[in-house]
Amino acid sequence: TRLSSLSTIATRCAPSYFFEQYQKSRMQFVQTVAELASRPQNIETLQNAGVMSLLRPLLLDVVPTIQQTAALALGRLASYNDDLAEAVVKGEILPQLVYSLAEQNRFYKKAAAFVLRAVAKHSPQLAQAVVDCGALDALVVSLEDFDPGVKEAAAWALDYIACHNGELSQAVVDAGAVPLLVLCIQEPELAVKRIAASALNDIAKHSPELAQTVVDAGAIAHLAQMILNPDAKLKRQVFSALSQISKHSVDLAEMVVEAEVFPAVLTSLKDPDEHVRKNATTLIREIAKHTPELSQMIVNAGGVAAVIDYLGDSRGNVRLSGIMMLGYVAAHSENLAMAVIVSKGVPQLAICLAEETEDHIRSATAWALGQIGRHSPEHARAVAMANVLPRLLAFYMDAQSSDDLQAKAKKALKSILQKCTYVPALEPLLHEAPSNILKHVICQFSKVLLHDSKARRLFVTSGGLKKVQEIKAEPGSLLQEYINSINNCFPEEIVRYYSPGYSETLLEQLEKYQPI
Amino acid sequence: MARLEWLQRQIEGIKEEHVIENREHSAAVRLQSWFRGCQVRARLRLLHRKATIIQKVWRGFRARNQFRQMVKKAYFVMKMNFYNEMAIRIQRRWRGYYVRKYIHNYYALKRYLEGLTIKNEQVRKDLEEFAELQRREMERLAREREGQRKCLQAQRLHFLLSTEQCPGVFNSPYRDFPHEMELRLRSIKPLLAKNAPLRRDSGGSPACSLPPVPSKKPQGPFRDPAEVLQQRYRPLEPTLRVATSITALEEAREELRREEWRSRVIDDIFQPFSNAHKNRKYERTLHGTSSYEQVDYGTKYFREENKEKRQGEKLLFFSLGLSQNHPGARVHSPIHVVQLLGQREQSTVLTCVTRSRGS
Repeated sequence: TRLSSLSTIATRCAPSYFFEQYQKSRMQFVQTVAELASRPQNIETLQNAGVMSLLRPLLLDVVPTIQQTAALALGRLASYNDDLAEAVVKGEILPQLVYSLAEQNRFYKKAAAFVLRAVAKHSPQLAQAVVDCGALDALVVSLEDFDPGVKEAAAWALDYIACHNGELSQAVVDAGAVPLLVLCIQEPELAVKRIAASALNDIAKHSPELAQTVVDAGAIAHLAQMILNPDAKLKRQVFSALSQISKHSVDLAEMVVEAEVFPAVLTSLKDPDEHVRKNATTLIREIAKHTPELSQMIVNAGGVAAVIDYLGDSRGNVRLSGIMMLGYVAAHSENLAMAVIVSKGVPQLAICLAEETEDHIRSATAWALGQIGRHSPEHARAVAMANVLPRLLAFYMDAQSSDDLQAKAKKALKSILQKCTYVPALEPLLHEAPSNILKHVICQFSKVLLHDSKARRLFVTSGGLKKVQEIKAEPGSLLQEYINSINNCFPEEIVRYYSPGYSETLLEQLEKYQPI
Repeated sequence: MARLEWLQRQIEGIKEEHVIENREHSAAVRLQSWFRGCQVRARLRLLHRKATIIQKVWRGFRARNQFRQMVKKAYFVMKMNFYNEMAIRIQRRWRGYYVRKYIHNYYALKRYLEGLTIKNEQVRKDLEEFAELQRREMERLAREREGQRKCLQAQRLHFLLSTEQCPGVFNSPYRDFPHEMELRLRSIKPLLAKNAPLRRDSGGSPACSLPPVPSKKPQGPFRDPAEVLQQRYRPLEPTLRVATSITALEEAREELRREEWRSRVIDDIFQPFSNAHKNRKYERTLHGTSSYEQVDYGTKYFREENKEKRQGEKLLFFSLGLSQNHPGARVHSPIHVVQLLGQREQSTVLTCVTRSRGS
């Protein structure tokens, strides 16, 4: 034992022992920091302890594992909030990371790409700082790496850089990332596919030229193939990417349609994952909004029925894209609007109008109903029979609805009322509407009552004539003309009978009367 | 007086004659003028009549032309009206046909909407079926996973099986019938330690447990058990990429550097023979390597200075063969001799000197 203790003392005094201790403690420090940084509550304390300046020299450490763990810790810190990310940028760590992206092994590359992504995700200025360090070329080179983890990290970093605005996306495209991303989509690993699809999504969403670049790289065919993949997150990204591509112009939408997405998209409307359904509906909406021919194609494929079922099954914000799709389809022509009506779209939209509480969804529903009902009396009748008009009126009159909702409700009401000849729906409006809506109601009544005797009888018995007499209108205005034309439909005595103050005039006559 | 009266009567008579003459004259004039008037009037009447005839004929001619024109025009107008009427009829028919067939074909629209309804129903049904299938699939998977989990649990807890003497936990005597776990425990075979799947925190997919290989080849188109065992327990031959370590690059560089350090003897770069003499390093003369001034030795002094140090020295020259005095050999000072010798010889000489000094 004496010998052994002597030997331990000897080893402890030897210089290599101290170096080993130092390395162990560095490793421990950096691993602990990385672990602490993964929990948000610790990051404040870490920041106050000045961890950035401590981690910086460790990035240049001799031992590769320490370098990687230091980079990982930095990445976690930077991803927490943008102050830390700015500290990373100001500490001039980024050029070192960019250099090492080119040189080092795959674990370090992954960690470095993680840091770049964590910095770039917060704001466009930080992303611009990342681009200015020359990170794009290094990231594009790492996209060609064999290891799928490195590809995923690089693609993710490019994704976060490109998502902010058009100039950054253009910079990413100019670095030649798009063909490599399209290659990444064809990789067998799911994670790489997801991230590559998300990156293409973020590049294509800013402008038609960028979308055209993505399409020219042949992305659509591969994205269309991946629709049949069972993974839910991948499908979300794929549908989102296709909808961002097709939203810009008719040609792009036609190219997406030519990739034969159509029957497969409708099956995805029944996917268990909510976001997949929402993105699929968004894709259908973006395609339908461009031309009547595209909408016709969607209607012929049964897309309208699928979307209406989707509206029935879903609740809340996700309904918005489905409602807008129906509105766009109906807006193009009256045949398409009739197709929407025949597919039982109007009761569903009425249910949406009744159930939803958010103003923007309500205004979208009001707009869609207006588009359906404005074409001809049959359309207006179908819309009116769903008991939609009183609700629209209520939204228009409600002081708490937003301006957008009020404007859309008013427009929808006007456009439907100008064609509506369905008397039972017009009656309640007569009693409640304000004067600018009432004008249209009276106009429609005057048109209908001229020809239909049963309607006239109903009008009298339901108290409509009484109400009409009570309306005060300036002589010579349009309203007065309509009132006159209504009064002309009825015999003189009845009109006098219902005019206000008739009982007083009768009593006056009674007083003046001298019995013989 | 009488003449006067006679003259007066003559005057009266002349006056009467004159009056009668005048009367006759005026009557004659009157008659003549009236006759002339009649003549003229007759003439004028003739002229008028003639003019009237001419005008009458001319007017008739003109009027008949105009009438002809009017009739032609009226005829033309009548024809055009007729044509227009007929054209309107044709166009009306044509427009009705065209609009009803191509612009707004009510029946085609109706058929289309009916077809659309059918198609919608079809699509709805298909989607419902698809959703149903998916749901059932997921349920089935969940049930299978649940069953496997329970089976595994039963295998682990096989010792809780009840015996004849002692009822197990799941087979309480107060129950009407044994718990399903008890039945499961009865039916399964206990789990051998070596076959037990590693316990994972998350219920991941079970390790690929392969079916057992029988010792004898069963009847039928099966492979030899030795072959199967060989294939199953074939050692892993990792690809080069998998087999390389993380730091393979650095290690290789390090190895290369060490190899170089170890093996390289000559630090000079290898020169090709043709250039050997060209790149020969210039070796300075001894004379040139020292300072530029004239050395003191040879002019100022010829002998060594430090005599005290060399009191007991015996320099050994015979082994080096330098003590022979042959003519022409220059006398060198010991220091110069030592300098002329190589390094190795120098060290041996020095050790000899120290040894001789010490002893």
